[in-house]
Amino acid sequence: MPDPTQPASLSTVGTSPIRKEGTAKVLGQARYVDDLHLPGMWFGATVRSTIARGRITSIQFDPAIPWHEFTIVTAADIPGENTIVHLTKDHLCLASEFVNHPNEPILLLAHPDRALLPAAVAAVTITYEELPGVFTIEESEAPDAPTIWEPAAADHHHATAKNTFKTYLMESGAAADLDHIFATADHIIEGEYHTGAQEQLYIENNGVIAECVTFDGIVKSVTVRGAMQCPYYLVHALELVFNLPEEKCRVIQTETGGAFGGKEDFPSVIGSHAALLAMKSGHPVKICYDRAEDMASTTKRHPSRSRHRTAVSKEGKILGGEIEFALDGGAYVTLTPVVLSRGTIHAAGPYHWPALRIRAKAMATNLPPHGAFRGFGAPQSIFATERHMDKIAKVVGLSPEELRRRNLLALGGRTATGQVITDTVDMQHLLTRALAESNYHAKRAEFARTNPTSAIKRGIGFATFFHGAGFTGSGERRLNSLVKIELTPEGRPQILVASTEFGQGTNTILCQVAAETLHLPYEDILIAQPDTARVPNSGPTVASRTAMIVGKLVETAAQKLCVILTNSDGLPPSYSPADFRTAALAYLAQHGTLVVEARYQSPGDIFWDDENYRGEAYPAYAWAVYVAEVAVDTTTYSATCTDFYALQEVGKVLHPVLAKGQIEGGVAQGIGYALYEKCVWQKGHMANNQMTNYIMPTSADLPPIHVAFEEIPSIHGPFGAKGIGELPMDGPAPAILNAIEEATGIAFTEIPLLPEDIFERMTRTPDAGTEDLNPTIDRDTRVEPEVVTS
Amino acid sequence: MTQITFTINKEKKTVEAPPMKRLLDVLREDLHLTGAKEGCGEGECGSCSVLLNGELVNSCLIPALQAEGATITTIEGIAPLAAPDQKLHPIQQCFLEKGGAQCGICTPGMILATHHLLEKYPQPTLLQIQEGLAGNLCRCTGYTRIFEAVQSAASQSNP
Ligand code: FES
Ligand code: FES
Repeated sequence: MPDPTQPASLSTVGTSPIRKEGTAKVLGQARYVDDLHLPGMWFGATVRSTIARGRITSIQFDPAIPWHEFTIVTAADIPGENTIVHLTKDHLCLASEFVNHPNEPILLLAHPDRALLPAAVAAVTITYEELPGVFTIEESEAPDAPTIWEPAAADHHHATAKNTFKTYLMESGAAADLDHIFATADHIIEGEYHTGAQEQLYIENNGVIAECVTFDGIVKSVTVRGAMQCPYYLVHALELVFNLPEEKCRVIQTETGGAFGGKEDFPSVIGSHAALLAMKSGHPVKICYDRAEDMASTTKRHPSRSRHRTAVSKEGKILGGEIEFALDGGAYVTLTPVVLSRGTIHAAGPYHWPALRIRAKAMATNLPPHGAFRGFGAPQSIFATERHMDKIAKVVGLSPEELRRRNLLALGGRTATGQVITDTVDMQHLLTRALAESNYHAKRAEFARTNPTSAIKRGIGFATFFHGAGFTGSGERRLNSLVKIELTPEGRPQILVASTEFGQGTNTILCQVAAETLHLPYEDILIAQPDTARVPNSGPTVASRTAMIVGKLVETAAQKLCVILTNSDGLPPSYSPADFRTAALAYLAQHGTLVVEARYQSPGDIFWDDENYRGEAYPAYAWAVYVAEVAVDTTTYSATCTDFYALQEVGKVLHPVLAKGQIEGGVAQGIGYALYEKCVWQKGHMANNQMTNYIMPTSADLPPIHVAFEEIPSIHGPFGAKGIGELPMDGPAPAILNAIEEATGIAFTEIPLLPEDIFERMTRTPDAGTEDLNPTIDRDTRVEPEVVTS
Repeated sequence: MTQITFTINKEKKTVEAPPMKRLLDVLREDLHLTGAKEGCGEGECGSCSVLLNGELVNSCLIPALQAEGATITTIEGIAPLAAPDQKLHPIQQCFLEKGGAQCGICTPGMILATHHLLEKYPQPTLLQIQEGLAGNLCRCTGYTRIFEAVQSAASQSNP
């Protein structure tokens, strides 16, 4: 074993080595899928629905096109099941009779000349018998809404009403007494909050290349390579579409130009399509979407509506609450129930609720299916909760800070799922530090003084929140992830995982963990490109799980490797990198190969009840306080974030430069979510599916982003690391809107908040109504005694 | 089809291409220089940036014809600009060290934009950096690491 008394000169965890694939990236030599060409390769394109909902009545091909040169695939060509499997099988691979959203794939075309495809796609005319569609949560839940899905349309249990994909009822504390609590509370505070769809806008669009081996017209195997987060998700999709066993479906991740969730579920669609064209054409087929097609057809963040009703004592103690959380799921289930689940759990925020009832539901609409996007439901529900906390503070007459201080969870407290907080994090301290380092109090006082005489209204606001790392509840147990480390013929350890690199630093941090465990230099560790023919299923690269869950498995596997080499008498108790290489080569000479593996084992302290949503929702949480400063120009009605401060406790920071980069990038996306990025829908079709009219922040739009960490090592991750990737998406939007309320006195409740929205509210005539704080005050009733966490 | 001759990364090349073919496609398909990427195809993202006669251009908007007689530098030709046989240009080294490249898809364009910026302003202010790179979108970094890389490259070239 590594000698702990040796100097730590090889220590790499906590330092910032060069990212593994970085040199290829800065040289322009990294090969993304569209940079690859296979011999004999053709190109594919997709013919899509032009309406939101209806029955297909005819498909006509313009005779001006030499169709015999093209391969044409319809649903009838699918050798297995016409489905893209995620959680259910409701999502069709290709529509044949009905369409349920605009841009739904109906036909696939392939041709050797890429340039001929757009005209061919345009030369296919599809006619429909159009049916009425629903396009918002409200339209979908209306009693007289057309029925898109019956509850029985798919096997989503708990769904009881039409157009409902999934519902959850989460009750905690004295939820049964809520009627009484509301009847006797000093204040009842209600609020409704909305968030819009958001495009992931990775700079590399979705793309794949597929190959197919057939014999006597029977598909023997398929191989798909491309941009993706989760190679094994695509393997499982291909198994059904081609009716093949898992080992005949090979998936290879290529260098991936950003993902953010947008390449979690969608590659199953485009990958299956390209493979069908490869099957029928007999050629490798590449499909790379252009920007307009990618934006119009692929998944977005789920739009949401949250309704809060909170009982609060006159001292500002939360006594009980009811939250209704609703998501617009789009036309098919895809990952929506899991997004809903994470959003539901995070709706409670890092607060103590003596009694809480959350009703959550995901509604079907005739929009393209919404899917994964960094944060996965949590940014939506946290936006509402953190806006609502500021509203409660206003009604009760406390500062936003003091209101939170009276309700924050602490060590030993229980979350809304009943999980006892064992992290030694101190949110009171995080809040103190964040407000001090962002100069919150002085700025707040200064803005209150200067705003009355200035056309530019400035404000400062914040959000306090947590984000669970890893799959929710029993998810990690079901994933049953496996990690391997092998020795290369040169005696170097090589990590084999399906965990993908798409910018976050997977390659780098996993190599750091292995290097630290093996007491070797970081440069000595290799990591294989994910290829399912070679790497085991270490689970999807999502849910802030890679550092904590996969990293821990890498650590375990590395320890096993060390033990084997030590027991084979090759490795002295205290060794140098040269000793390691000698021992490794000796082992290989004797045994040929050495591969060690580590499989996920549920930590003993994690229990989860899926039926009642009780227990340890996540092995660990990251905790954060984000402070935003804004300027609202009352002549142009534009709001700008002018300074941003992000403090978080994420366990041990494995790689400070990468970690800061994750936070800064997430904050930038969060600022975009709050102030810039609006999907304009016209009957389910995204009307602004271009970078010219869907606006993400440029380098000139962003404030300085100050990032600070507190590091309290967690027992669940390698060297104390927890998850980090999604956290920074949660805080910016509520912090910014809280700051805008401070600046303007207007309580905006919806994002994105664009200048036209600010104009509309600022110029609204007074009798059109201002925001109703809606407190129901009953001062005669007894104040609930301070509730101690049970 | 037209014959188009230009100097690319210090080498003279002649290609046969339709005159309106995008320079981006000529680079990627005819010359197999895939460092320039297509992010949007409409001049918004800058991931297809190259230097054309020393100017930073979006190669997705340039018809091949316009490259006739031009001198073009792509990401593949940037390192030797600092010194012949150099593997990494100092800008590339700074992007590596400061974490300026995450997924890397915007990186070739960013590095060319940085090169162009530092030619214009050897010691740029933060505002000049922010404005100089505003035509190059990055969805991963939030730009902060990129600003640090640019500042570090500037301080190295002018100690
Ligand atoms: S691809 Fe040329 S600017 Fe986006
Ligand atoms: S590093 Fe991914 S877009 Fe810039």
